[in-house]
Amino acid sequence: MNIVNFTPIESLTGGLVIGFAVSMLYLLRGNYSGISGIYFNVISANGRGFIWRSFFIIGLIVGPVILSFFQYKNLGFEMPVTNPLFIILGGLFVGYGTQLGSGCTSGHGVCGIGRLSIRSIVGTFVFILSGIITVTFMRFMGWATL
Amino acid sequence: MIRNFLIPSICGIIFSIGLVLAGMTNPSKVMGFLNIFGNWDPSLIFVIGGAIIISMPTFLFITKRMEGPMFNKKEGFDLHFNKEIDRSLVIGSTIFGVGWAMVGFCPGPAIAALTLIDGNVFMFFIAMSIGMLLRKVY
Repeated sequence: MNIVNFTPIESLTGGLVIGFAVSMLYLLRGNYSGISGIYFNVISANGRGFIWRSFFIIGLIVGPVILSFFQYKNLGFEMPVTNPLFIILGGLFVGYGTQLGSGCTSGHGVCGIGRLSIRSIVGTFVFILSGIITVTFMRFMGWATL
Repeated sequence: MIRNFLIPSICGIIFSIGLVLAGMTNPSKVMGFLNIFGNWDPSLIFVIGGAIIISMPTFLFITKRMEGPMFNKKEGFDLHFNKEIDRSLVIGSTIFGVGWAMVGFCPGPAIAALTLIDGNVFMFFIAMSIGMLLRKVY
């Protein structure tokens, strides 16, 4: 193991901001900021709660545009894997997996762990573990250079 | 107006600003976090940790003393939970982890990265949406 590109201050700051948004949505409206669930409800045109969920997703899209008007330390954008096969398969897995497992990094990782749900702690442990195995395998096969 | 428009859009904006500040919209940082046996970037622990430090007291203490959410007393706090550790949770999370590691995007950052107007981001986003809808069929 060899520690690289570590940005503790920026990442902690971003994390606190995310925590603030999650808290606000719950305090003011009573909902969890589980993005895979919110987004799925929007694209499957699920009647109840469609409007607020759509506005949350629109907020997610425009947030970075608003941020770009201010000076901040941009941590860059780089995709180590650009093979379309991997991108499409990865997207399908993320979409299907988050629905089958009922949560993603925000739903299980932040909201679920935040309220000490054992189910979410297990879910988070499982997707991080499977992610570690996958990245290690991809490097081993030479499909990703990291 | 406040309940269905203002609150969710502002929370979404703040959430994605947090994602960008934290570097979550950079797939190489996410894959770097999962690359624990190679060149490891531990930053993501600070992202989740920072978010939990704030959200945990909200969920466990503050809202326990409130009758309901400030602008949504009618529906109240969302409390319908599935507590079961079942096969769907484990298999679904495993599949999600594989996809997350293959590209370096989970749903939030993929949506927050849309305004980068990048072909690969769009491709991932569309595949992710199709993957979600597939769950309705199978």
